[in-house]
Amino acid sequence: MERGAYSASFSNQNQMKPLKKISQISLAISSLLLIIAYFVPIWRIDLWAPQYPEGLSMSIWLSKLSGQVDIINGLNHYIGMAHIKEEMFPEFKILPYAVATIIALGLMTAFLKNRKILIGFLVILILSGIVAMYDFWSWGYEYGHNLDDSAAIKVPGMAYQPPLIGYKELLNFGAYSIPDIGGWLFVLLGVVTISTLIFEIKTNK
Amino acid sequence: MKNRFLKIATYSLAILGAWSCKPSADKTASSSFLAGDAAEKVYVKPGTHDEFYNIVSGGFNGQLSVVGLPSGRTLKIIPVFSQFAESGWGYSEETKPMLNTSHGFVPWDDSHHVALSTTKSEHDGRWAFINGNNTPRIARVSLSTFRTEEIIEIPNSGGNHSSPFVTANTEYAVAGTRFSVPPDNKADVPISSFKQNFKGYISFVSIDKTSGRMGIKFQLKTPGVSYDLARAGKGKSAGWFFFSTYNTEQANSLLEVNASQKDKDFILAVNWKKAEEYLAQGKGKKEPAKYAHNVYSEETHSATSTIINEVMTLDPKECPDLLYFMPCPKSPHGCDVDPTGQYIVGSGKLAAVIPVFSFDKMLKAIANKTYDGNFDGIPVLKYDAVLHGEVKKPGLGPLHTEFDGRGNAITSFFVSSELVKWNIEKLEVVDRVPTFYSVGHLSIPGGPTAKPWGKYVVAYNKITKDRYLPTGPELAQSAQLYDISGDKMKLLLDFPTIGEPHYAESIPASLIEKNNKKIFKLEENKHPYVAKGEKETKVVRKGKEVHVYMTSIRSHFSPDNIEGIKLGDVVYFHLTNLEQDWDVPHGFAVRGALNAEILVMPGETSTLKWVPTKVGVTPMYCTDFCSALHQEMQGYIRVSPAGSNVPLTWGTGKNNPSAEAEKNVAKK
Repeated sequence: MERGAYSASFSNQNQMKPLKKISQISLAISSLLLIIAYFVPIWRIDLWAPQYPEGLSMSIWLSKLSGQVDIINGLNHYIGMAHIKEEMFPEFKILPYAVATIIALGLMTAFLKNRKILIGFLVILILSGIVAMYDFWSWGYEYGHNLDDSAAIKVPGMAYQPPLIGYKELLNFGAYSIPDIGGWLFVLLGVVTISTLIFEIKTNK
Repeated sequence: MKNRFLKIATYSLAILGAWSCKPSADKTASSSFLAGDAAEKVYVKPGTHDEFYNIVSGGFNGQLSVVGLPSGRTLKIIPVFSQFAESGWGYSEETKPMLNTSHGFVPWDDSHHVALSTTKSEHDGRWAFINGNNTPRIARVSLSTFRTEEIIEIPNSGGNHSSPFVTANTEYAVAGTRFSVPPDNKADVPISSFKQNFKGYISFVSIDKTSGRMGIKFQLKTPGVSYDLARAGKGKSAGWFFFSTYNTEQANSLLEVNASQKDKDFILAVNWKKAEEYLAQGKGKKEPAKYAHNVYSEETHSATSTIINEVMTLDPKECPDLLYFMPCPKSPHGCDVDPTGQYIVGSGKLAAVIPVFSFDKMLKAIANKTYDGNFDGIPVLKYDAVLHGEVKKPGLGPLHTEFDGRGNAITSFFVSSELVKWNIEKLEVVDRVPTFYSVGHLSIPGGPTAKPWGKYVVAYNKITKDRYLPTGPELAQSAQLYDISGDKMKLLLDFPTIGEPHYAESIPASLIEKNNKKIFKLEENKHPYVAKGEKETKVVRKGKEVHVYMTSIRSHFSPDNIEGIKLGDVVYFHLTNLEQDWDVPHGFAVRGALNAEILVMPGETSTLKWVPTKVGVTPMYCTDFCSALHQEMQGYIRVSPAGSNVPLTWGTGKNNPSAEAEKNVAKK
């Protein structure tokens, strides 16, 4: 039964019906919304500790860092972590262009009304998400494991890799790593693209 | 049967005996004035904040305390007029100028009265003012940094007691002299020439609306009396200021007797708006004077002291309709204006009544010239013509009055040791509670303003005796907190205070908390010797002076090893705290420093002067437990004999090259 539905939708798609107006509009709007990501942070890391009841936070933008980076660096030097600074992130040079490309591709998909292109766009979107998360994870791994040998505090076997997403306890700190507005806009674009595809498959036979 | 009767009789006698042994006042829980739910009402749950900031004068400690109400917990001592070794106030190079006066460096005072800034006679949470009673001064304290920002000296004054008390919109703080004095520039006169030569100077110190900057706008040369306390009018009386006086007998010796002869002294009413008109008309006269004006800059983290050489004076003899005397029974102390501005309450401290004057009646008496003669040329208004009425038999020794905002006044009684609540319109006593012991000032949150919050009253007592665990001959000063929200005043809390509080004011925390400064921004630091990062640290010799541009950050100083200092050098450690995080001060202390340690806030630069006295290696370290490695925050300064050729070297985290250099020198 399921298999039948699957093959049915596949064959429908082969008829290459153009995307519906509503799909085009949703895709265009959610792509254009990404422009906001240039003006807001895309990711945030929040930290809590007994001594920091008010919390500390660091925001990652497309091309810079903000928040209490200096204070976090000051605290992290005890355990020998590297100083977080913008030069650590060559991504800041690439990300603005990468996002511009995604916006352009999104608009193109909306404009060309082609379902195949829509699938292609979704694949690109998912792949760039995976690449971005892997990149972020590998930075976190490097940051959390590459510790200065002369650090004042050394806890055997302890690494300080921040969570990729979600919550993790690191010594006296609790660390949250979650998307910020910009990040959520990417998620939104992903959700809209998937939904559009499903919607097209189901309704636009 | 008989036996039983005897037994009962014996018991009764024993009980009677126990009762009659010694009269004793029950000072504990069973008293009717203690609130049953007192503990609950003063309990501030861990992690939550007090409802009010209580800004309390320190009296003989010359400082200001910050206390939380209703808990009574002391939160901070703000150094004002007295040196404070724990933070380096008055010792550091930056703060020494704050204590400069025309007499030179006066590192102490006796601080009495707090005045919080107001707008339309309501607290606005910007500044606290406090008077230096001894060496006449007024200080302005920021309520965002809780630091003293400005101190102005008052010339032609023999003791600044009737001060600072501000006008409705904080246009002026005043300074009425407690001692009449001959003018500073013609002061070598016989003491017995009091009546001819002595004047009671009242200074009006203007306050800039935005910066708070103070300046003496004018001084009134009033007849020679003693000014005790004062209050500005409110609402319709906002253009007036009222000052209580004593020693209208004009005695200059044995005042205890000689200044207590007259049945009535005065409350002086000053039409300060009129004084401004006279000034605008050019009636003021500049006279030679010498006084210091000290200003602390948050940008340079440094104070400057300027000596000013003249002061504007107004002679009431040339300015009619400016001053009026209202007779007030027996050496009035407090002189308090109710929230509406209509009533002026005098407290004749030797009187058996509390006289309440009416502002409307005063204006009418002035218009109708209902005079009772004059005093040294100043019209004296007829007592009955200005009186709203007297509170009869209120207690003994009335001192001060505050208002609950519900039509009642509460007056403190020193001699009968109580607070008495009375209705202002009806002049009837409605309640009284004992204080422990001999209350002086009292304070209701917003009590002197047009908008009292009225929830509590604090009694600041002059005698402590048995209230707390004894601590030898000298005891903590005692204060009591009462709930005044109901008909009956209820005792809630008994708490010790710092120094000897005279007056205090309380203000809702919400008006202050929001402006609280957490750190000084490093990029805004304009100190001439700042080092904004470890790369900027250095040691510079200028002849015998050595300037160390030093930084602190958890958990090290930079530099922390210094060599090449010689006996006879004067070393200035300019320490910049690089932290930009709240509540991370660093301290700095050098062994054998003859002055003090310093405490440096995040982003601030502070300078400790050090004159080495011994050859050798001197340790230095951080005195504020800053971090897990605070104990490691230490270093060395090498002092060599005068004329030694050890080169000037410094560093952190590397071995000093001077050892090598020295070896080379030795080889040669």
